Amino acid sequence: MTTSMGTLVPFAEAMERYEPVIGLETHVELGTRTKMFCGCATTFGAEPNSQVCPVCLGLPGSLPVINRMAIEYTIRIGLALNCTIASWCRFARKNYFYPDMPKNFQISQYDEPLCTDGWLDVPTGDSAIRVGIERVHLEEDTGKSLHVGGATGRIHGAEYSLVDYNRAGIPLVEIVTKPVEGTGAAAPEVARAYVTELRGLVRGLGVSDVRMEEGSLRCDVNTSLAPRGSGRWGTRTETKNVNSLRSVERAVRSEIERQAGVLDAGGRVVQETRHFHEDSGTTTAGRSKEEAQDYRYFPEPDLVPVAPDAGWVEQIRAALPEAPSARRARLQAEWGLSDLDLASLSNAGAIDLVAETVAAGASPSDARKWWLGELARNANDAGAELASLAITPAQVARIADLVAAGTLNDRLARDVIDAVLAGEGDPDDVVTARGLAVVSDEGALATAVDEAIAAHPDVAARVRQGKVAAAGPLVGAVMKATGGKADAARVRELILDRLS
Amino acid sequence: MTELTRMTAAELSAALAAGEVSAAEVTLAHLDRIAAVDSRVHAFLHVAADRALAAAEDIDKRRRAGEPLGPLAGVPIAVKDVFTTVGLPTTCGSRILEGWHPPYDATITARLKQAGTIILGKTNMDEFAMGSSTENSAFGPSRNPWDLSRVPGGSSGGSAAAVAAYEAPLAIGTDTGGSIRQPAAVCGIVGTKPTYGGSSRYGVVAFASSLDTPGPFGRTVLDAALLHEAMSGYDPMDSTSIDAPVPPVVAAARQADVSGMRIGVVTELSGAGYQPGVLSRFAEAVELLESLGAKVTEVSCPHFSYALPAYYLIAPSECSSNLARFDAMRYGLRVGDDGVRDAEEVMALTRERGFGAEVKRRIILGTYALSSGYYDAYYGKAQQVRTLIIQDFDAAFGQVDVLVSPATPTTAFPIGERADDPMAMYLADLCTIPSDLAGNAAISVPCGRAPEDGLPVGLHVMAPALADDRLYRVAAAAEAALAGQWGHPLLAEAKGLD
Repeated sequence: MTTSMGTLVPFAEAMERYEPVIGLETHVELGTRTKMFCGCATTFGAEPNSQVCPVCLGLPGSLPVINRMAIEYTIRIGLALNCTIASWCRFARKNYFYPDMPKNFQISQYDEPLCTDGWLDVPTGDSAIRVGIERVHLEEDTGKSLHVGGATGRIHGAEYSLVDYNRAGIPLVEIVTKPVEGTGAAAPEVARAYVTELRGLVRGLGVSDVRMEEGSLRCDVNTSLAPRGSGRWGTRTETKNVNSLRSVERAVRSEIERQAGVLDAGGRVVQETRHFHEDSGTTTAGRSKEEAQDYRYFPEPDLVPVAPDAGWVEQIRAALPEAPSARRARLQAEWGLSDLDLASLSNAGAIDLVAETVAAGASPSDARKWWLGELARNANDAGAELASLAITPAQVARIADLVAAGTLNDRLARDVIDAVLAGEGDPDDVVTARGLAVVSDEGALATAVDEAIAAHPDVAARVRQGKVAAAGPLVGAVMKATGGKADAARVRELILDRLS
Repeated sequence: MTELTRMTAAELSAALAAGEVSAAEVTLAHLDRIAAVDSRVHAFLHVAADRALAAAEDIDKRRRAGEPLGPLAGVPIAVKDVFTTVGLPTTCGSRILEGWHPPYDATITARLKQAGTIILGKTNMDEFAMGSSTENSAFGPSRNPWDLSRVPGGSSGGSAAAVAAYEAPLAIGTDTGGSIRQPAAVCGIVGTKPTYGGSSRYGVVAFASSLDTPGPFGRTVLDAALLHEAMSGYDPMDSTSIDAPVPPVVAAARQADVSGMRIGVVTELSGAGYQPGVLSRFAEAVELLESLGAKVTEVSCPHFSYALPAYYLIAPSECSSNLARFDAMRYGLRVGDDGVRDAEEVMALTRERGFGAEVKRRIILGTYALSSGYYDAYYGKAQQVRTLIIQDFDAAFGQVDVLVSPATPTTAFPIGERADDPMAMYLADLCTIPSDLAGNAAISVPCGRAPEDGLPVGLHVMAPALADDRLYRVAAAAEAALAGQWGHPLLAEAKGLD
């Protein structure tokens, strides 16, 4: 049996011969105050094993009791994803042995999920694709193992392992897409865009802080390839350890390149779990699904069925916030954006930031200009996301304000931004501390203009002959003389006045 | 023997309230009795003499201070070693939990303490409540006080033996397939399986979650009712607990009246495989009830014949999952942790060493029954049978108020007789399993001794869910009439240990 033969095929080449199908399983830790089945706190980063009790430690004799708020949050997610909410459903036990699972079974849902059959419209490029949602179900999280010693940081080869059960029993929602077909070479971007959109949606619902870096949003990516035009699906792999939006995209891309190599070599893709490596951007084989354990699901006898009352569901529906897609359409109209403008804002993850900047008083076009321009460059250089920059929408609005008032020009504004990002304080503090305000003393400017004209007689002569565009060197000289603090437009005006 | 250990809980309650005796004296008398006989009976796995005495002195102090106390304040009790208890180990009769001191009290343990009962210690049981004789205890079997060469039944055999041997006036156990009623029957005492959800499972180490039901043992019907009332009621920590008032069991036990009650004799729970003396005592008990004014008819419950096989799929399936947590990671036995073996090996070695043969048998059975490809044929089918049994009960309770049968097919069997024959052992629960599958209420009350071996026989009464009080009306009426015939309680006929 050939399983792992073949070498990576460059992505574009792979896309010439194969058609990918992707699917995503996203786990969202709910931000309920207490755990899924007990009253323990859920604070992230607490002292290990300080938020535990007999129930979440699975001590003999302990019993679970459902957290109603977790059910409500899950219904909220289900409704926002256009799902049908079950009028009756049960929890089930998923049985397998692992040291960080206190009971050696996980209380989850199996064939009776709380929410089924919905969709999410995902913006990609300048259009949107509709991703089908198979199911949204609720389960309990496991504890967290720390494997000490050994090369991989994984359990095999570790010298010893420590287990923190603070996370055990935190409510976890699993959102499973239907297979996403027909994306072609856009598959990696679609995968990323889906997770981005889902993250925004869940955050907007106020049910989770959806922080990938803290693991409150975790993603498994399923990928399969089939020869173009074959009309069938290939064998899928499930890639785990995909811990950032960028990784989602890279993981799909890398699996496509790997699977194309296997298929090109006449091999067979093995249905298995694969592990994504952030550093190399590639995946390696984990557990094989074909020899996977039998989870022996059966209805959880310690819990009674969940039967959300229709009135309650409608109450939750009525209280849902505006959906991200509807909000985008509204903002597009309010801000007068083209589809392309909206797409670039959306792709940069800047919609919320621009909206907040506008709310803080900036014009939509100024807000867009700064976030997509100088700030996007900064984020890109730092390899960070726009939202994680150390500047607030209010600060950006203030800078736009200072430019509009003529206190700053664009160049000075960039300096202020750099200073704010460097932690030098609010824009006004920076302007004062660094003396960055524009020179607006007409007398001083006039002197500088005269000096510049005197120093560049040939240039001045050409401008006098009507070659207005030739005034650049004169403007440059004035700007240099004022240390860049002059308003360049005003300087040009003064020069042209003088030479007319 | 002192008088105090011969008194019923109701008599002790009255004497304590009247100040005729102190809780400390009562407790000491029972501790002395345990010291005198338990080396032969082996009802207890742990005796908490110091704690019990301290608790008794506290009750006496509170009583002297004029504090209002419940009816069972100062009355000693024995607790099956499946309930978690702060300050006392909880082993479930298993090596895998040997030495485990739970950090929390079961809801029922807490309620017993709240009621002022004095916990004497923890009683022996079949490992994880799997068995009908206590022979599956990792710590050796308990013995039947009627005949020390015989089993006291199980799995709550230690609790039944303790009460029958006058080591405690009251005890609690759990009933999953008959684990209260069967030992009560073969020890000649009263034992009740309340309605499922009527008594909390929080802190009861799970065998089969959808079946496990804690309940009381007493030497009289009234004693069982007093304990039933004290231990039962809604518990928000148990999702399957029923949020309804406890049925008026004590009033019913005092009423002891069956006139006009419709009693159905279950056709399927008699005949081949039943000991003749058990059937004759049972038939006499039914005649007696009729003579007391009950209307007796025969009722068929056709699916009861499938109860045993359905039970032996459902209970092992649940247990295979419930017992997965015993993996050496957090508590209990740990085998093979030499710094070289990995976690999986340590788990496997621990479970191999820590579990007994019957527990392993059921884990394997349940693992198989839940496996992909077999689920529908085994677990799924068993659940369908369970539904049919519930429908049989519903139909029957449409015609009669209670159903009756023998509590067990035979009297207490000799230790070792069935130890190597699981099927023979399983048959001991033939009459009791249907009520567990349906989740309704049932009681066993002594109805005489089988002529061929002189051992006690239990009359089994079954009532609809939440109609537990009907059990006590019937049982108390039978008890009173029989005691009238005999001139004393049945237990007085036991050869005794003195």
